[in-house]
Amino acid sequence: MPFRSEPVTVNVGPQHPSTHGVLRLRITFDGEVILDMEPVFGYLHRGSEKLAEERTYTQIITLTDRMDYVASMTNNQAYVIAAEKLAGVRPPERAMYLRVIAAELQRIASHLVAIGFLLNDLGAFATPLMYCFREREKILDLFEMLCGARITLSYMRVGGVFQDAPEDFWPALRGFLHEMPHYLDEYEQFLSENEILVTRTKGVSILTVDHALNASVTGPVLRASGLPWDLRKVDPYEVYDRVQFDVPVGKVGDNYDRFKIRLDEMRQCLRIVEQCVDQIEPGPVRAAAPNLIRPPVGDAYGRIEGPKGELGFYLVSDGSIAPYRFKARSPSLINLTVLRDILIGWKLADMIVTLGSIDINMGEVDR
Amino acid sequence: MAFLEGNALFRNLYCLLAGNPGNAASCSGRDGLLPFDWEWLAFAIVAGLIALALINLFLLFAMFYTYMERRLLGRFQGRIGPNRTGPVGLLQPVADAIKLLTKESIIPNGVDKLLYNVPPVIMIAVVFLTLAVLPFGRNTFIANVNVGVLYIIAITSVNVLAVFMAGMASGNRYATISAIRGVAQLISYEVPMVLSIVGVLILVGSLSLVDIVEGQRIPFILLQPLGFFIFVVGASAEMNRPPFDQLEAESEIVSGYHTEYGGMKFAFFYLAEYSAVLTTSGVIATLFLGGWKGPLEPWIPSHLWFLVKVFALAFVFIWVRATLPRVRIDQTMAFAWKFLLPLSLINIFVTAAEVLLLGQATEGQGLVVSTGGLWLMVAINIVVAFGGVLAFSRMVSLRTTALPVRAGVPQASPQVSEVAS
Repeated sequence: MPFRSEPVTVNVGPQHPSTHGVLRLRITFDGEVILDMEPVFGYLHRGSEKLAEERTYTQIITLTDRMDYVASMTNNQAYVIAAEKLAGVRPPERAMYLRVIAAELQRIASHLVAIGFLLNDLGAFATPLMYCFREREKILDLFEMLCGARITLSYMRVGGVFQDAPEDFWPALRGFLHEMPHYLDEYEQFLSENEILVTRTKGVSILTVDHALNASVTGPVLRASGLPWDLRKVDPYEVYDRVQFDVPVGKVGDNYDRFKIRLDEMRQCLRIVEQCVDQIEPGPVRAAAPNLIRPPVGDAYGRIEGPKGELGFYLVSDGSIAPYRFKARSPSLINLTVLRDILIGWKLADMIVTLGSIDINMGEVDR
Repeated sequence: MAFLEGNALFRNLYCLLAGNPGNAASCSGRDGLLPFDWEWLAFAIVAGLIALALINLFLLFAMFYTYMERRLLGRFQGRIGPNRTGPVGLLQPVADAIKLLTKESIIPNGVDKLLYNVPPVIMIAVVFLTLAVLPFGRNTFIANVNVGVLYIIAITSVNVLAVFMAGMASGNRYATISAIRGVAQLISYEVPMVLSIVGVLILVGSLSLVDIVEGQRIPFILLQPLGFFIFVVGASAEMNRPPFDQLEAESEIVSGYHTEYGGMKFAFFYLAEYSAVLTTSGVIATLFLGGWKGPLEPWIPSHLWFLVKVFALAFVFIWVRATLPRVRIDQTMAFAWKFLLPLSLINIFVTAAEVLLLGQATEGQGLVVSTGGLWLMVAINIVVAFGGVLAFSRMVSLRTTALPVRAGVPQASPQVSEVAS
């Protein structure tokens, strides 16, 4: 007897436990299989880019905090690099080391959130998430020492950082660097060879290198597909040319590679931070730039390797205290564009996992 | 009423009320409190009283179990868990119950009222009905039904209907997906689950749970390790426990079939789900762990042994829930049909062959295996269990590839084109 079924369209989100915020996906299912999918976003649009046109260059830092709210530090860094290019300010050495330390810690925190929520999406009832948040908490404590805030940090300034790290920051950081590898080993042990996780993620939603390049995907998602493209290596900024680290790459570009590459990258982050702690020397942390900057007329694009991919800010100055145009290239939005193509033919449960493995942040997608 | 004869509590109360009407043979010859020919009232009163006491006692344990689950999950996840309400948070279930009872009962527009309201009751009734045949301790049971195992299988399979009704009546697409998943999963897992009990039935030669407990000279977890494994896995799928919680996979289909339920109706689903862990643990303890039997019995009462075993099994279910990610729905189905079903057939075959070879024919009891023979079976069955699971985990792969779906082709609607032409 021929079996006939009708496709059903389901609105997944914006109110859904695992769409990482307020993403809405209009999905056409045939039973459990995804026939077509269309992401709809804009539910968290706050008009950051327009707001920035009314704010001074220092005030904009607080706007960037609220874009990728699990990785404020790297947002700050990308923005101040762009603003420094525009204003022609060069931060002192110590400030650059502090920025790199903070950014790498933020990368670890962001990857921990990514892995935790990926496992939560896989249905491991909050346990890996709580374990990941246990370590993230330590990083947030370090940030609290640095600048007093935990989530919306605003630590960096155009021409340096807000303040030097306090005395007790360094022993705390060394303690963290000492214990974090053991936690990473623990994750490897519990997660990487978990039979259910491997069965659920290996070979699922494969993203080929060509496809990734065509969609201008960056970050761990691109590297999981096998291309060692890391802005810290190919276009070193700040002090990344003075530290040794490897760029882990995946083999296939499936969900498992995207999960595994984040574990590997965290180890490299620790290596970078360790070297920075060894190399950093006393000195000023703030260049002699005024708080109210009036950059010359022109434009600048500053980019860094954010936790989620190439994070760039494009600034156009008309010579006033506020930028004429402020544009963010957010990796979450651009990585999200491949979601439909790698999902079709897979099942509802894979959709959630693939979304988690791409690791988007709606604050950054909608801005 | 023959199946209630063995129940001493029932017999005594019934005799007190009804006297010696003739059908309860063991009543001594004195008159009852009720007039002659009113046995039906005596039966109704006594049965109602016992049911009330049992259900309330059971709900108390279920309440404690919800507290235990939340508290243990907290421990597993490196947090504390509920500890604010009452001493060490023990009154948390009471607070939850009050909150859910006082909530407004919202019925969404467009639902089928009857189909929407009935499933919570069915779900909870199924759990209570299971209690009727469980032996809770030495000589403590409601009814010694001679087809007790069959009764439990039949009763627990009813909740497929409840899930399907709830999912379909809600008019929510997540609930619909959950209902379809539920029918597929619950029916599939019943097959290996039932087949895994057959080994126990071969060894005991009776379907009565009371006889199964008394027939366990060695706990059947040793004699039937494979059966125990399959039954526990099947039971966790039947109860929607992780890693097979497809019906209410939170990260996928929100809450599944009870997405649209709120207030006390939701509380019924919640209660049924948690109580099901206790009754299932009770069934597993009865079938495989020797039920109420335990060492030091005069000092440690048999009821306590039963409770200890039930909560130990419940702990295992909580542990699994805190540890494992979810399996995908097609992998869940493949696991039942490709992995559990052949293994349960192997288990039946091996057990039957052993009983045939080692058993001696006795008068009226069929083939009975001596204690030495049983220990030999323990050794063989443990080897078979581990070998079987290992071999099948090598042979059966649950990984799949994407289905060849042609997507993104806009389909012209025929009506529109007709209008245009």
